[in-house]
Amino acid sequence: MENQILQIIYLIGSLTFIIGLKRLSHPDTARRGNLIAAFGMTIAIAGTIFLYRNDSGESFSSTNIILIFVALLIGTILGVLGAKKVKMTAMPQMVSLFNGMGGACAAIISVIEYQHHFAPGQYGYMGTVLAGLLIGSISFSGSMIAFGKLNGNINDKTIPGQSIINLLLLAVLIGTGAYLTTMQEPSMLLLGILTAGCLLYGIFFVMPIGGADMPVVISLLNSFTGVAAALGGFIYHNQVMLTGGILVGSAGTILTILMCKAMNRSLLNVIIGSFGGGASGTAAIGNSAMGTIKEISVTDAAVLLSYSKKVMIVPGYGLAVAQAQHACHELENLLEEKGVEVKYAIHPVAGRMPGHMNVLLAEADVPYPKLMEMEDANNEFNSTDAVIVIGANDVVNPAAKKNPQSPIYGMPILEVEYAQNVIVMKRGMAAGYAGIENELFYEPKTRMLFGDAKATLQKLITEVKAN
Amino acid sequence: MEQLINFLSSNMGMIYILILSVFLGIEVIANVPSVLHTPLMSGANAIHGVVIIGAIIVMGQAEPDNYLALTLGFLAVILGTLNVVGGFVVTDRMLELFKKKKKQ
Repeated sequence: MENQILQIIYLIGSLTFIIGLKRLSHPDTARRGNLIAAFGMTIAIAGTIFLYRNDSGESFSSTNIILIFVALLIGTILGVLGAKKVKMTAMPQMVSLFNGMGGACAAIISVIEYQHHFAPGQYGYMGTVLAGLLIGSISFSGSMIAFGKLNGNINDKTIPGQSIINLLLLAVLIGTGAYLTTMQEPSMLLLGILTAGCLLYGIFFVMPIGGADMPVVISLLNSFTGVAAALGGFIYHNQVMLTGGILVGSAGTILTILMCKAMNRSLLNVIIGSFGGGASGTAAIGNSAMGTIKEISVTDAAVLLSYSKKVMIVPGYGLAVAQAQHACHELENLLEEKGVEVKYAIHPVAGRMPGHMNVLLAEADVPYPKLMEMEDANNEFNSTDAVIVIGANDVVNPAAKKNPQSPIYGMPILEVEYAQNVIVMKRGMAAGYAGIENELFYEPKTRMLFGDAKATLQKLITEVKAN
Repeated sequence: MEQLINFLSSNMGMIYILILSVFLGIEVIANVPSVLHTPLMSGANAIHGVVIIGAIIVMGQAEPDNYLALTLGFLAVILGTLNVVGGFVVTDRMLELFKKKKKQ
């Protein structure tokens, strides 16, 4: 009886995940969708604790139930604290961190299953367990590296022949997994070696990938963990784990592909990881040949903006780092009061995650209609008097259109060079996250405004007020 | 080979769910506007936290003297909870910002 009720609960849980994801993809219903999925998760967890019966009809022992609740409590406190405290700008690494936790969870389940229910000859079952371990631990260590990178603790590193080493290591890991599947006796030693190898692969996998590819990697690791969860569903014949995991696995893969498309790169290219290594080599091209850069003073910039008819703001990661979204919104309001039309041009991969800029600007109460997607914005630069690029670099680099040697060649960009004037706010002349020189800065119509984005915006606000 | 066929046929129901879910996952997010990419990724991240169900099953069935299973299971439940709770709360925080703006 209990098991039948649990099955119904799982059915409801699966349904909430589907409805939740569906609603998450529309702005009006997104928040409700998230809550619906959270509700489904809660009943699935509670149902499992109280209603789960093993094959001989036994429930969990009360000691174990208490231990489960202690663990749930610890996890909830840490999770809520972490999620509430994190700044909006640090959101991508937080998602990466939580994703890693899920991967580790899946890997641990596989280790225990291997030790506990070793079934020689049951190739399908053993293969599922080991695949869960493989994917879960790669997802865990990969996510941790992605977290460290986005947090600025870890730099991009490539060892020579990285992609070949990666492929070889992956082949060895899959081979070891297949061998373990066919073994007649359990070998915890070999399992340990396999786990260590997978963790290492996760590190190697993310380590060389830099710059513009980071959002893709997080999305990919997200779908990895989904697949690992689905494999858990196979192990326990648990439908809610299967549907939840696979939904995320496939939705995450599509999201990953959408992002790759936005950058005009193939997924294979990202996985093999040639971008990070190649970028530094091409960075040296034509630094001196590009001409000189021209600075603009805050006062001149303020005058230019105040007397423009139409101003377009191009935000990038620099805006996020400087926490300048509120100052940016204030400047926008001021200019609007002066009768200037102000809009935001949002590149799909600006920042460190797709939609990152939208979230940040939403935090600062910038209204939806002011946010323009790339295609629409590109149609309007011709009639724009001034563009302010705030902490963005690669997404406005004309090399993506003109220079076939450039690593970002072919990536669609915001064509700000068609505007009358371009003001670039930047901390210094360093190259962008992808490590590529930007010839936009040397264009005759471009003026540089150096300094911290927030401080500079505030100065600009004061000047505009005085005008 | 026979083993494999047995495995497939005894899991046929699950395999049907798997195939249909793959297409469902693609369909469900096909029309998402780029504004919602980050919250969607975060929400999906929370949903794969469903792996915690497996951790609870492992933990609940661990014998009192199987310290390896108890310790690892305990850890797995904590990690899974972090994934679920952290994921949903972060997503809600992001979406809250969108909602606040709508009222104006």
